[in-house]
Amino acid sequence: MSTKLFGEPVQRREDPRLLTGQGRYVDDLGAGALEVAFVRSPHAHARIRDIDVSDALDVEGLVAIYTWEDLPTLLAQPLPLLIPHPALTHGRTAYPLARDVVRHVGEPVVMVVARDRYLAEDVCALIQVDYELLKPVVGVEEAAQSAQLVHEDVPDNVGAHLIQEVPSADGLDARELIETAPHTLTFRLDIERSASMPLEGRGVYARWDADDRSLRVYSSTQTSTSVRMAIAAKLGLPLPKVEVIAPDVGGGFGVKIVHPWPEEVLVPWAAMLLGHEVKWTEDRREHFVSSAHERAQVQFVRVGFDDDGRVLGLDVNILHDHGAYTPYGIIVPIITSTQLLGPYKIGAYRVEFSSIYTNTVQVTPYRGAGRPQGVFCMERTMDHIAEYLGADRTAVREINFIQPDEFPYDQGLIFQDGRPLIYDSGDYPESLRLLKELIGWDGFPALKAQAAAEGRRIGLGIGCYVEGTGVGPYEGGHVQITSDGRVHVSTGLTSQGQGHETVFAQIAAAELGVPMERVSVVTGDTRRFGYAVGTFASRAAVMSGNAIALACRKVREKALRIAAEALEADPRDLEIIDGEVRVVGSPGASIPLATVAVLSNPLRYAFDSETARATQFAGASSFDRPPVEAGEEPGLEGRDYYSPIRSTFASGMHAAIVETDSLTAEIRILRYAVVHDCGNLINPMIVEGQIHGGVAQGVGGALYERMVYDDHGQLLNASFMDFLMPYATEIPSIETAHLETPSPLNPLGIKGAGEAGVIPGSAVIASAIEDAEGIRIDKMPISPSELFDLRRAATG
Amino acid sequence: MHEITLTVNGMIRQVEVPGRRLLSDCLRHDLGLTGTHVGCEHGVCGCCTVLLDGEPVRSCLTFAVTVDGHDITTVEGLAARDGTMSPVQRAFGECHGLQCGFCTPGFLCTVTALLRENPAPTEQEVLEGISGNLCRCTGYQNIIKSVHRAAEIMAEERRADADSEQPGEEIV
Ligand code: FES
Ligand code: FES
Repeated sequence: MSTKLFGEPVQRREDPRLLTGQGRYVDDLGAGALEVAFVRSPHAHARIRDIDVSDALDVEGLVAIYTWEDLPTLLAQPLPLLIPHPALTHGRTAYPLARDVVRHVGEPVVMVVARDRYLAEDVCALIQVDYELLKPVVGVEEAAQSAQLVHEDVPDNVGAHLIQEVPSADGLDARELIETAPHTLTFRLDIERSASMPLEGRGVYARWDADDRSLRVYSSTQTSTSVRMAIAAKLGLPLPKVEVIAPDVGGGFGVKIVHPWPEEVLVPWAAMLLGHEVKWTEDRREHFVSSAHERAQVQFVRVGFDDDGRVLGLDVNILHDHGAYTPYGIIVPIITSTQLLGPYKIGAYRVEFSSIYTNTVQVTPYRGAGRPQGVFCMERTMDHIAEYLGADRTAVREINFIQPDEFPYDQGLIFQDGRPLIYDSGDYPESLRLLKELIGWDGFPALKAQAAAEGRRIGLGIGCYVEGTGVGPYEGGHVQITSDGRVHVSTGLTSQGQGHETVFAQIAAAELGVPMERVSVVTGDTRRFGYAVGTFASRAAVMSGNAIALACRKVREKALRIAAEALEADPRDLEIIDGEVRVVGSPGASIPLATVAVLSNPLRYAFDSETARATQFAGASSFDRPPVEAGEEPGLEGRDYYSPIRSTFASGMHAAIVETDSLTAEIRILRYAVVHDCGNLINPMIVEGQIHGGVAQGVGGALYERMVYDDHGQLLNASFMDFLMPYATEIPSIETAHLETPSPLNPLGIKGAGEAGVIPGSAVIASAIEDAEGIRIDKMPISPSELFDLRRAATG
Repeated sequence: MHEITLTVNGMIRQVEVPGRRLLSDCLRHDLGLTGTHVGCEHGVCGCCTVLLDGEPVRSCLTFAVTVDGHDITTVEGLAARDGTMSPVQRAFGECHGLQCGFCTPGFLCTVTALLRENPAPTEQEVLEGISGNLCRCTGYQNIIKSVHRAAEIMAEERRADADSEQPGEEIV
């Protein structure tokens, strides 16, 4: 790499527009578009008997009303099941508009198009839907035992059931080893629902060009390429006639990876039908009841260990609540059950999960995607072992760590990408050492005693995790240098605030040896790059970062080849500095990349003095060879893909000190420390920002956020008034330290960083509260009143 | 329909709105100022914060007709006429106080008013000052840093203005 851009805290280039109100989010587009509102089910479980629109027809400004019966054949089918899995024997997805049964509050039943949203909502209010109420199934344990079914043809409400076993080195299984272990513990853990909750909800805006018979759709999505394919398939359009663009997106955190949402196919369909631009912008209540949630699990744990705390066998049984539908398959419980092992090598492991239907909003990945639950399980287990043995909690962890010389380390499981769970690199003992130093682990007992003397309760908690990042199958990058010397980079995956325009420009500038100002980056626009998977699983930097680096290397090689010819030099003697190809050690012998770009594209027509140099009478080419040689292409551009053999594994450890009020049980985080290892850092400022944001979501999940369903399947807190997302006043200042263990799997040696911060949140806070209180904390999130009740129960 | 007149970012704008039109929708969709964002439309997130006669208000809880004749500043009006970003905007950029940028216009307006009232806020005053705005991306740490940095830049600029003894240009 020729310049020092890689690894620098470069200022973000997306900021000037976002700071001045010039960002363009979906709802900022399409002035004059017709607007959509939906009649959504007010019931968790009901049969639709009749839909009566007669009162609504007189609303001035009404354009169209659609129900399931109006949908053409392809659209009238259930939405795709995105990630099939052999264990998902009873996968079910929703219809774009409910067909005859609604299975959660918020399911779309009628679509209304009107001149504006106000009028569309007026119409919705006048549509009468007659429902026959069915008994709702709420709560994962209730559902697992209920005779009442969410889907008539899914017995016991079980969508998927999977057992994974990793025997010990000498072939014994976990249950046998637990039976014969010197010590065993059995306990239950609970985690409640939360959700991604980006501040911008979902949104879709579609423009149908009737003359060109083409469709352009803007969606607030984490995957524009796949939305495009879904729309083409569902609307029966040739793929080249559909383009999808993810403009500025106001946060995703997982929920926007799901696709196609009903609205993503219905809005374009209406636009085609009506011959007019159509737009739908989700409101906050809709986001609560009709997008997706995550996290809820009940875990039954049995562990066997020796006198030193070495885990000999671990047996975990998970009930996973996946809500009413499974569009995203069973990725969440797969991740929970595989990433549960964290930085540890344990004797033998058995994990069994049942993924259960309930009459609630569907469950799909939210930042962390099943890992917070897995880490909660493993870290609670470590703490319980330490407590049982009277050992230091870090000592028990340490004795179970995979050692730095044991990589690559095969956990013996199949990961969420369908490939072996093999850790590529890491240094867990060093992470722990850094963390203990950062938080002052060894000095804490003195601090605690001092606080106790003052009548205060403080506690220290810890949580460790390993995160599989950068999952395949692939991403691509395209790089073009034009005759003005500008560098145009594009990649198919999307951005929701991660600063991709900046980090990808850093990579391209460093690889090509051009000033960063000359590089522009486009993401998530299928007009520019059609092949991509999407932004999730902390994969963008790893996947597209490496793909762009590889594409740049191709372009660089071509530039050097052309420049070598022009300079009559050996390509090996050339370097690119500041946008100029130079002969090393002979100043003056140089050619700007702009000129190389001109020479790369033999022209018949000139349109400025630069391009005139490449025209046929400019005398640049040899008469013995064709202007474009076999195997060559005109233009200074390159495209390449990065497809990893398997995921790369980042890791980290968090510690927190909390204070619990001895009277009110109020919980306050006094300090929060993070040690994070995501391999080589492209832009430390951005990585740090990702960690801060993740930790804040972790704290939210540990102390405040939960989805409260009543027995009728009504979400009682579907607003920001009642779903408590943390404000600045709830988030502690976060102290960070970085370790950089490069990944051997990719050219840049990087690992993903997007989700890390959130993963151990509940584990760390539970650990700290437990330390402060001396009461087991096995259920998260925890509120002051719950802690208060636990205290009461503990003192009898 | 009601005809109302607003002074928005120093420009007089006339617009016809139904009585129920929210100020946020009026700004975004009638006047095309889409920098003001709507994150909850029920007054909690603060994304829609604009300055009404200099004071921060939630435009999603305000009917456009009720501010007839008033002065409004949105994020589009924070920079100087020549496009130079305000100290608050620059500080947010410098300190990485934004990620997706959706909450940012609300924070910028809130902080602009906060620092006008209290040019050197303490840590606690900053926390309180921004405690009505949600951000799902940044974890707030860099936003807090940005507020302090903005106060610093403003102080530097005041000193520079005083030193140069030239009448400072008023930003309208
Ligand atoms: S949109 Fe106005 S406070 Fe959330
Ligand atoms: S930057 Fe995304 S919500 Fe604040």
